[in-house]
Amino acid sequence: MKKSPILSKIYLLLVMLFLYVPIFVLIVFSFNTTKSHSTMSGFTLDWYVKLFQNELILTSLLNTIIIAVASSIAATILGTAAAVGIHAMKKVPKSIVMNITNIPIINPEIVTGVSLMLLFVFFAARMNFEFGFGTLIIAHITFNVPYVILNIMPKFRQMNPHLYEAALDLGCSPARAFFRVVLPEIMPGVISGLMMSFTFSLDDFIISYFTNGSNAQTLPITIYSMTRRKVSPEINALSTIIFIIVVIVLVSKNIAERKSALKKEVKL
Amino acid sequence: MRKLTAAPYLVWMAVFIVVPLIVVAYFAFFDGGHFTLDYVASVSQYSNIFIRSIWLAAIATVICLIIAYPIAMILSDMDTSFQGTMLMIVMLPMWMNFLLRTYAWMTILGNNGILNQIFGFFGLGPFKLLNTQGAVVLGMVYNYLPYMILPIYSVMMKIDKSVLEAAQDLGCSRIHVIFRVVLPLSLPGVMSGITMVFVPAISTFIISRMLGGGGNLLIGDLIEMQFLGNSYNPNLGAAISLVLMVIILLIMTIMNQFDTDDDKVLM
Repeated sequence: MKKSPILSKIYLLLVMLFLYVPIFVLIVFSFNTTKSHSTMSGFTLDWYVKLFQNELILTSLLNTIIIAVASSIAATILGTAAAVGIHAMKKVPKSIVMNITNIPIINPEIVTGVSLMLLFVFFAARMNFEFGFGTLIIAHITFNVPYVILNIMPKFRQMNPHLYEAALDLGCSPARAFFRVVLPEIMPGVISGLMMSFTFSLDDFIISYFTNGSNAQTLPITIYSMTRRKVSPEINALSTIIFIIVVIVLVSKNIAERKSALKKEVKL
Repeated sequence: MRKLTAAPYLVWMAVFIVVPLIVVAYFAFFDGGHFTLDYVASVSQYSNIFIRSIWLAAIATVICLIIAYPIAMILSDMDTSFQGTMLMIVMLPMWMNFLLRTYAWMTILGNNGILNQIFGFFGLGPFKLLNTQGAVVLGMVYNYLPYMILPIYSVMMKIDKSVLEAAQDLGCSRIHVIFRVVLPLSLPGVMSGITMVFVPAISTFIISRMLGGGGNLLIGDLIEMQFLGNSYNPNLGAAISLVLMVIILLIMTIMNQFDTDDDKVLM
């Protein structure tokens, strides 16, 4: 079923323009000498210099990375263990657990954020703790674990169930059988769960907004407060840097995938 | 024995997924330990905001669907070697933080923004583009379009091309193939695309605040104001959140209804 190729190319191009023009406008005006977003009055790298002197941005970047690393690793361990257990469950408890696991994915983020905030407020008054790294990491683990579980569960379905039993029969302890037989089989799911958690955590604004404290601002929260104040080309400079990092990561991931696909073809 | 490994997660799930929702319900129905329906009842005062949110989110969802469906078709028709790269290019903007993406439109649509400069060059305008409902819808479409493209594309990839050829051999025109074969088969992708766009669109507070100014409040703004804004009232905020959840649940149930009905027709 071939569609008219020229028409579809034009259409694709138009949608690409729609998707990319705003980003390129941001990037172009990061080099502008004035704060204007409509006329270029000259080329400068001042905003980049200012960005790297901005302590608030650097601290919040560090906070974001700490929280993303901690919460994605914790979510992956918790989620992998959970998937192993859920897979072994009977039908009814399994479907109950999976339905609850889906809640943070289906629910609007603002509701998840508000519900966690209310919970923390409720306990903060009684247990004497403050909003900050702790509440942020707990919130991030909570919205990340479901994605880890959903990434791993299909791998169990694809796995031969007798492999684990065979390992036990051949004298493996259950723990050894898990680490030597089961874990390698589900590893692709574990890795993609970890990567997903890490990126979601880096990028999250809404849930962090409701669960952060004054001592632990993340980068998206800092970006938000910057956009609230006034138009500042420092944001443009930051956007440019983030865009370049995203391009580098995605392109190298794409190339790596192609290489491994080629290798597989060669082997076949 | 292996079931035990799920125990830590089950505790986590209970404490951080189930209990918070119970706390929301508690705040919505109890004030100082007394049961009250006042907060839930007072949500009706904001029915105009609810209607506006549903309306704008629905428009954005429909526009996303109209733009995304042909894109998904074009992508799934491409050479497989080219497809991965193309998909990456389409998805790449989604990896930028969505605050920055929305901020980009803020600078483009502003009174001194690039669009009004272009209009001015032709002696037109300046038009009020920012702080309008149109800008809010634009922001929703721009931010959530990839969420519509991806599920439709992945369903289309699974459609057996020989089914389409069979339809054509049996005398279907190209338009007919699209409406009678491709569309019904891709319906599950369309359904998940619709929920993936509609749910964040109806509950956003960033897009409406950055692109809609103060005049186009949405449900999300209303909730945020009750917790972190000027009018601190967690009880009312919890009640609004509860109503929002119920609305979304209702809409999703209706959508699923359509979905299964069509499955039956197909069978």
